[in-house]
Amino acid sequence: MEIRIRLFAIARERAKASSITIELASGARVADLRLELARSVPELAPLIPGSFLAVDEEYADDSVLIQEDSEIALIPPVSGGLGLGQAEREVPGLKDEKRGRLGDD
Amino acid sequence: MIEITEGPIDHHGLIDRVRSNQAGAVCSFLGTVREMTEGRRTDSLEYQTYREMALKKMTELETEARRRWPLLDVVLVHRIGRLELGEICVVVAVSSPHRDQAFESCRWLIDTLKQVVPIWKKENWADGNEQWIHPGINTGQ
Repeated sequence: MEIRIRLFAIARERAKASSITIELASGARVADLRLELARSVPELAPLIPGSFLAVDEEYADDSVLIQEDSEIALIPPVSGGLGLGQAEREVPGLKDEKRGRLGDD
Repeated sequence: MIEITEGPIDHHGLIDRVRSNQAGAVCSFLGTVREMTEGRRTDSLEYQTYREMALKKMTELETEARRRWPLLDVVLVHRIGRLELGEICVVVAVSSPHRDQAFESCRWLIDTLKQVVPIWKKENWADGNEQWIHPGINTGQ
């Protein structure tokens, strides 16, 4: 399936595009998307481990299933962010809907 | 009230908006463009957003703040695009019966907004370099 990924900030600058399209097997999860995105757009590869993925406007952990009509965005850490670890403690519900990569680095 | 705008923010109007006869306290926070950061001079800032998700997350923040504190009104407004030194990039305003609730909720709203709402900042440094600010990612320059 063809998946369009919206890009912002440093990612948009590196890829020189506001979105890109990659090919994923059906049944792919966010983890698969991270790998395929890094492989097909090498300029983005260094950014991917420290960035979040959003699926349908929600932070999505690596296990989230991607549908053909999902809206996907690569979300580099925001300027005031300490990573989502603290945010998870602050906002109930955030905790369950995604697992940020930043806190693991 | 939740808004992302490209024009200057009328903070007086926003603060007035949350006042009411039920309120004993109004608390507001203005984020403004700082000239010096760790000895480096800023010429201007540029903010970019994933608007749909940002509005959704801001709405969730308002809902959660209202769950935690007995707020009478809440305003969250962020400006995007290019901002000059001293200009206002974000406004939080809340009203509540008592001041503790207003102080605490205002602080929580701005801190959490800056952690979870997808709005990014680019420094246009006075030395001519540009740099997106992404904690945890080395963006160089």
